[in-house]
Amino acid sequence: MKTVRVLIVDDHRLFRSGVRAELGPSIQVVGEAEDVESAVATIAELEPDVVLLDVHMPGGGGVEVLRRVLGSGAQVRFLALSVSDAAEDVIGVIRGGARGYVTKTISGAELTDAITRVADGDAVFSPRLAGFVLDAFASTEAPPIDPELDSLTQREREVLRLIARGYAYKEIAKELFISVKTVETHVSSVLRKLQLSNRHELSRWATARRLV
Amino acid sequence: MRPRAGRVVAGVAQGAAAQLRLDPVVLRLAFVLLTILDGVGVVAYAALWMFTATEQTEHPHGSRDWGQVAAYGLLGFAFGALALVSGAAAGGLAMWPIAVGGIGSLILWQQAEPGRRQKWMTSTVGRVRATWVRSGIGLLLVGVGVIGFLAAQDQLAQASTGLVFTAVVLGGVALIAAPWLAGLWRELQKERTERIRQEERAEVAAHVHDSVLHTLTLIQRAAHDPREVTRLARSQERDLRNWLYMPKQDADATLAAAVRRAAAEEEDAHGVPIEIVCVGDCDLDDGLRAMVHATRQSMVNAAKYSESPVVSVYLEVEPGEATVFVRDRGKGFVLDDVPDDRMGIRQSIIGRMERFGGTARVKTAPGEGTEITLTMKRTTP
Repeated sequence: MKTVRVLIVDDHRLFRSGVRAELGPSIQVVGEAEDVESAVATIAELEPDVVLLDVHMPGGGGVEVLRRVLGSGAQVRFLALSVSDAAEDVIGVIRGGARGYVTKTISGAELTDAITRVADGDAVFSPRLAGFVLDAFASTEAPPIDPELDSLTQREREVLRLIARGYAYKEIAKELFISVKTVETHVSSVLRKLQLSNRHELSRWATARRLV
Repeated sequence: MRPRAGRVVAGVAQGAAAQLRLDPVVLRLAFVLLTILDGVGVVAYAALWMFTATEQTEHPHGSRDWGQVAAYGLLGFAFGALALVSGAAAGGLAMWPIAVGGIGSLILWQQAEPGRRQKWMTSTVGRVRATWVRSGIGLLLVGVGVIGFLAAQDQLAQASTGLVFTAVVLGGVALIAAPWLAGLWRELQKERTERIRQEERAEVAAHVHDSVLHTLTLIQRAAHDPREVTRLARSQERDLRNWLYMPKQDADATLAAAVRRAAAEEEDAHGVPIEIVCVGDCDLDDGLRAMVHATRQSMVNAAKYSESPVVSVYLEVEPGEATVFVRDRGKGFVLDDVPDDRMGIRQSIIGRMERFGGTARVKTAPGEGTEITLTMKRTTP
């Protein structure tokens, strides 16, 4: 298995060194950055496979890094990592282009796994993010503007529900009698809908619901 | 009761103010004003002086603030003079705006702290300089008014002319005073906002002190016990998040809040993290209350017996029904091996749900963890 080159972007030095120490041997931390400016510069210089991105940072936060890096057309994958579980932050950073969202309480092994997944082009949903998505897509009765993007399929709903219930991808595959690859496909498809759906309810829902 | 200390004349105003819980300045100004308008003030003052007792004190010679006596004397004199000049001596309506404006600004002045007075003075001077055109016009109007009034004295018969010039004088005074009073008002508003901000800051500081600092101390003392440290940290984290982000939710009223509270309490009691995700919410009814109890019992079982490092709880409220999943990755068990008299699973979970028309499913196997699914029909909106 090839090692994944990772850049850690977080304004807390203690946290950066903590993550560095926890990650498994398949992950190589190539650098660190502590604010938006240095993050954008370091990403351009080092071209990491995955950027671990803090949501709240001086200079505009994770969303600003996503806007500037992805706006320039760089092929970098982002995994958002934050203490915040607020719907606003979670939905905001995913719609900004992150491939996944995990909270900082995640264990080293789980984080390693999540980074590997994101590096492979898959999406990483925490139970809480899955809950947010289900809630956001269910919360409106208004007819979808674009049926393909604005609603979840039955299967996607099932997958998200199992993630919310605390199932790992492997367990979901077993439960639904499908392959892990298919689970990943469903999750990636949900991620795409989340990012591309124009339904403004999504953002409004997240803002209105400042829940943890 | 008239106090001896701090009196201006005989302490009447001060005593009455203490009774009425007012600032003595207000009453003093009222007395002064009433005196000018029709002399009632002096009479009232004298009457109160006679009828109220003097405070008994060990210092027979109470101090008298001569500066204040002079100030009020001057004030009365000034008002009187102005009243004469403006022809409003007998309590004419024209007097009132001046009186109110004067009293208002004096109250503001009296109640401000010395530092602020200094600031007002400088800012007022600055403002007057900055708006000297306006002040100039005001002064001109006053001048014209006074001259006009004096001229009009010769033709007292034409009283209406006198009134016109009175109005001109008042207009001039208002023009001079208005920006200054507006400035005072703005200052006062600014001070109030500042005070509110300070109170908020104090509240945050108090909360951080009571909760966060306290927990940090506990964590240091429990440093040898990783489980306790985790429990303390999680409990504090939850508390802080609720305080920062959560709208006030009534745990006795809605399902999601009730499940969250149950999870928080069991997490604290057993020291096992309980991750909770809620989708949707609804009001509680008897059936849903029973489901909350069954959920709590499921969480207790998972935390106490499964040896799972974490318990996942997922609540989903759909239009017709509500479902809760309580899952652990612990050691699991064989359901048929559980004796019938074990209250936890058979009575507190399955029996309770069925009594209220709901269902409980237990999915478990040794080594596979356990998931309990509770479903209940909704009757509430």
